[in-house]
Amino acid sequence: MNQVPGNQVLYPVRLGLSRGLRETRQSLTSPQDMSTYLILAVAFVVVLIFQRNSTVRGTHVSLAFSVLPGILGMMVAVTGLTGAAGSLAVEREDGTLLRAKAVPNGMVGYLTGRIVSVSLGALLGVVVVLVPGIFLIPELARTGPLGWLTFLWVLVLGLLAVLPWGAVIGSLAKSARAVQGPLMFPIMGVTAISGIFYPIFALPGWLQGLAQVFPVYWLGLGMRSAFLPGSAAAAEIGGSWRHLEMAAILGVWAITGLAAAPTVLRRMARKESGSSMQARRQRFLQRIG
Amino acid sequence: MLEFGQAPDDAGRDGRDGDAPVVAVRGLRMRYGSVDVLDGVDFVARRGEVLVLLGPNGAGKTTTIEIMEGFRKRSAGEVSVLGVDPAAGDERWRARIGVVLQSWRDHGRWRVRDLLCHLGGYYAPYSAPGRERPLDVDDLIETVGLGDQARQKISSLSGGQRRRLDVAVGIVGRPEVLFLDEPTAGFDPQARRDFHDVVHRLSDMDDTTILLTTHDLDEAEKLADRILILAGGRIVADGSADELARRVSGQAQVRWSQDGQHYVHATGDATRFVRDLLAQPGADIGDLEVRRASLEDTYMALVQRHETGWPLAAVARFEEVGR
Repeated sequence: MNQVPGNQVLYPVRLGLSRGLRETRQSLTSPQDMSTYLILAVAFVVVLIFQRNSTVRGTHVSLAFSVLPGILGMMVAVTGLTGAAGSLAVEREDGTLLRAKAVPNGMVGYLTGRIVSVSLGALLGVVVVLVPGIFLIPELARTGPLGWLTFLWVLVLGLLAVLPWGAVIGSLAKSARAVQGPLMFPIMGVTAISGIFYPIFALPGWLQGLAQVFPVYWLGLGMRSAFLPGSAAAAEIGGSWRHLEMAAILGVWAITGLAAAPTVLRRMARKESGSSMQARRQRFLQRIG
Repeated sequence: MLEFGQAPDDAGRDGRDGDAPVVAVRGLRMRYGSVDVLDGVDFVARRGEVLVLLGPNGAGKTTTIEIMEGFRKRSAGEVSVLGVDPAAGDERWRARIGVVLQSWRDHGRWRVRDLLCHLGGYYAPYSAPGRERPLDVDDLIETVGLGDQARQKISSLSGGQRRRLDVAVGIVGRPEVLFLDEPTAGFDPQARRDFHDVVHRLSDMDDTTILLTTHDLDEAEKLADRILILAGGRIVADGSADELARRVSGQAQVRWSQDGQHYVHATGDATRFVRDLLAQPGADIGDLEVRRASLEDTYMALVQRHETGWPLAAVARFEEVGR
């Protein structure tokens, strides 16, 4: 009956893109969000300043230079996962999702918007660490085009590996509060064994094995491979950047996540209704009341 | 103010003739565990009709609305909204439905106008000659009375303003059927009147079929073409406020004073009684007052009858009278 201009799927995706950009803009002008980024930046700058003059034992690479890329990798993993999980859980609780569901193709637009805004949020987290890093660490500024290319593909593949799983966690969580606190513990645990702040060789073998299951280690490794000189690969497991294994393992996370997320999201969305939202609102008000 | 334009004629609508019910519910059942919340609900709504669903808390009003919205699966029975089973409704069907949600704090960082433009955008592919979608956002904002707040952040709106926004979001896609679950809870009298105006305009000028629930009997009386009373999982009454009053009690109360004394008399034919009363020679009649059962009386009587254990007999009797 009705003429649908353009493509049925592309149209809501386009609306979702503008939605994501608008929400990113809102975040950039929000004092709350900006102070979070600012605190993050200040914390890393302080750490970098303290580490600037010490060097990695046996080399003349500064400690700050050797650690910063790993931190970037960690930022991508953590902001991607918690951003997706947190926003989904919060927006299920506050009714954003229900609104999307009440509008034709609204869920497509909503999810597109979220992918855009969480990705840009993670990118912003990376920039916030990277920019002061470039000023403080001269070696970082000398990164060649190949290094930036590696940075880009690791960033994109890393986001693809963590975003869908964040969405799955956010969909399964009972409430927003059930995500924000409890999710941080496993993330901190995995980060602690992933060789971000100190070489993974300091850990027992079984922990090294465990760390290599998760994306955090590979994102850290990938970012180090982008920014550190080739000779630094000697300090890694197997004495190499292992790009193939990296792409394979991050790829497996991405593919399984992208396969699982739509089903889980659909099941979660199906259960949304005005009364279930109302019930959560009551619980929330009781909690703070 | 919002101009809905000429209501499209029947031929312009895809294959629906004007008399086919827009909403048809038959034998609707909903079971949670071992409890039947809805136990055989039947009703229809026609184009442009405003139906108000009344009933005590827990009677299943929200469940009924959510099943029609396609947000909840039913246990048994037939439901058709715009000729489609809501459980199988696709996005095209969704575009013809409006749902007014009781929002809470979503989209707090968005500005009123931006959000309405964004959400309205999803309806644009479903625009049709005679029913352009979405509605003009600036007119819509004026209509719901948010003109001064159009550029404000939603988080800065008051509770009442937020509910006005909920109504605007529900109708931005120019729905053919609109569902509202307790839309005026938390409205001040002015907002309530504005809302009633919007409902009347939608049903009169845009032929929108409207189903809403409320606890406000005065509101039900003002808005409804037909009132449905839901109690014990069934529709125990279905008719205009007037019809319902007549069904529950065919009698009116006549009060008057005569020679300083006050009298009350219940009668089935108030006109005749009053004529006779006034015709008495030399009688000094004053303070004359004739009162039909109000919707509140009717509602209370119906719900009480149901709750005091004679529901089935009562239902049977109403159905008899109603046919």
